[in-house]
Amino acid sequence: MALLSDLINLNLTASTPKIIAEYIWIGGSGMDLRSKARTLAGPVDDPKKLPKWNFDGSSTGQAPGEDSEVILYPQAIFKDPFRRGNNILVMCDAYTPAGEPIPTNKRCAAAKIFSNPEVEKEVPWYGIEQEYTLLQRNTNWPLGWPLGGFPGPQGPYYCGIGADKAFGRDIVDAHYKACLYAGINISGINGEVMPGQWEFQVGPAVGISAGDELWVARYILERITEIAGVVVSFDPKPIPGDWNGAGAHTNYSTKSMREEGGYEVIKKAIEKMGLRHKEHIAAYGDGNERRLTGRHETADINTFIWGVANRGASIRVGRDTEKEGKGYFEDRRPSSNMDPYVVTSMIAETTILWNKA
Amino acid sequence: MALLNDLLSLNLTDSTNKIIAEYIWIGGSGMDLRSKARTLPGPVSDPKKLPKWNYDGSSTGQAPGEDSEVILYPQAIFKDPFRGGNNILVICDAYTPAGEPIPTNKRHAAAKVFSHPEVEKEVPWYGIEQEYTLLQKDINWPLGWPQGGYPGPQGPYYCGIGADKAFGRDIVDAHYKACLYAGINISGINGEVMPGQWEFQVGPSVGISAGDEVWAARYILERITEIAGVVVSFDPKPIPGDWNGAGAHTNYSTKSMREEGGYEIIKKAIEKLGLRHKEHIAAYGEGNERRLTGHHETANINTFKWGVANRGASIRVGRDTEKDGKGYFEDRRPASNMDPYVVTSMIAETTILL
Repeated sequence: MALLSDLINLNLTASTPKIIAEYIWIGGSGMDLRSKARTLAGPVDDPKKLPKWNFDGSSTGQAPGEDSEVILYPQAIFKDPFRRGNNILVMCDAYTPAGEPIPTNKRCAAAKIFSNPEVEKEVPWYGIEQEYTLLQRNTNWPLGWPLGGFPGPQGPYYCGIGADKAFGRDIVDAHYKACLYAGINISGINGEVMPGQWEFQVGPAVGISAGDELWVARYILERITEIAGVVVSFDPKPIPGDWNGAGAHTNYSTKSMREEGGYEVIKKAIEKMGLRHKEHIAAYGDGNERRLTGRHETADINTFIWGVANRGASIRVGRDTEKEGKGYFEDRRPSSNMDPYVVTSMIAETTILWNKA
Repeated sequence: MALLNDLLSLNLTDSTNKIIAEYIWIGGSGMDLRSKARTLPGPVSDPKKLPKWNYDGSSTGQAPGEDSEVILYPQAIFKDPFRGGNNILVICDAYTPAGEPIPTNKRHAAAKVFSHPEVEKEVPWYGIEQEYTLLQKDINWPLGWPQGGYPGPQGPYYCGIGADKAFGRDIVDAHYKACLYAGINISGINGEVMPGQWEFQVGPSVGISAGDEVWAARYILERITEIAGVVVSFDPKPIPGDWNGAGAHTNYSTKSMREEGGYEIIKKAIEKLGLRHKEHIAAYGEGNERRLTGHHETANINTFKWGVANRGASIRVGRDTEKDGKGYFEDRRPASNMDPYVVTSMIAETTILL
């Protein structure tokens, strides 16, 4: 529709200084993203200068009908790849009118951990590998899969090319550029082992910004699949059987781990992670038990093992890190539907603040 | 989808210095191409300045699960025709963490041959004629062929035009421009004798770059067929019976062949190739015995013969070369699914080093 596109792509900077700000928050399920837009008088690049806003929490399962206002606090700004110009996306978290974080607000507690002086000192870096599955709308069957049947077995699809191996690349590539445009630190993409499944990586991001960037990247992804008429799923095991699940492997390092002697710090950190395996698993995403079976490049959910270059481990250390005596490690346990605020802050808390005693 | 295209064609050079580099490698079958992308802080034009990377070799049949890292060494850069801007395609080869080429890495040995002083001195040129067949997705029957049946016999299709003779030209023409944009030395295209079959030529390329350019051209082709919803096949005899196969004729010359008296050098080289016919055939692509039958412009796989202007020969010398007393020759034996690293280096090795 030529005329509708003309309007959508109107460049308003020529006619007005006004901008549009899309306020984004996480809904009552902890995974449903919501957003609405407002006009502002002019360009803004500092979240502290954005006005607070509110939404009807009774419509998202986050407040009762008789007292439904939930307050949005702007936390991070990104350029809007859909509206472009000076328009922005604003990542928010949600509070009661009295100023308390509502129960589904995981960012507030994470931000507290990241502003702990011990944690700040260690400058924690995160690289998150977000896997996801594209589904055909209405049937919810993976994109590219024959209706009522299955594609050939896994093998040809990982990083594969061709109409019979890669399904939905236009979505993935549009997402890559849109995130770069938005200012998200997206570091790469690849086709995954299960056909119709893809991955993008965000990072290295410091502290709380890892969660902000991942949530906005998820938002942009779902907005793009909306345009494409395709459904995105963050379920950790969308298809049972001999098909890979979807994870959100979280790569992590602290200042001490990145410096000389870092490998020893890494090993101590991994040991602490092992002692809190159950607590982490409980916070690493719903339905993860369907994915962490010990097969399909996962470690069994009840087992904690770590190893160099071992994709069947709970935590994997790369060969480079082993060789150089410093670097980072990869927690392979989080599922694709994990909350990055929870996972990143928990890893920092366990490895930096928690004592075995 | 207008809005999706807007995002796909975003020109990022206005908003960031960052570029996207698509690292490409050959998978465990020796013919499956794989790739993944990463962000780099700024434009790069020298492969030596690109970081090494790694991938999960256990997912491509190239490493076990307990020790799955395979290292990618960047070897050649091309401009990315899909992403535009300063974004790049990077042809890589694969090594163990210890630095050894993995078994499916054919580039490494080829590069050794090409850096041999005797070979370097001869500046070997290659022109490779890559044939391929386009197939309808899901049924894998050639593009344009009626389902459950066959088109009229071969005759009208070679270089033909018209909706009843040429199937898939948009793919072929998009590929031609995309390769030129990318910096690949693509020298031409033509519709082939079998309907739905096409050919492009890469060259003249020197030494190892012939292989790099053919693999990059194959990658771009399969990415384009992916967009078009069509499957590309490099099988040497996709349809049995009275239908042409698909080859990768390799044209070759050395400095000595291109100079005065070159024709004698050419004849000596062809003689050496004849003495190693079996070894070459074994390395010239799987399934070639279905194609090299002695019919359909091929020589029988067990026979080695050469001739001027003879399309039924194993090696053909052009009339120009015979007349000028110098030039090049065409090895018609390689199949469409040959590995250009293997074929080009083997021809150099046999004719120069042995």
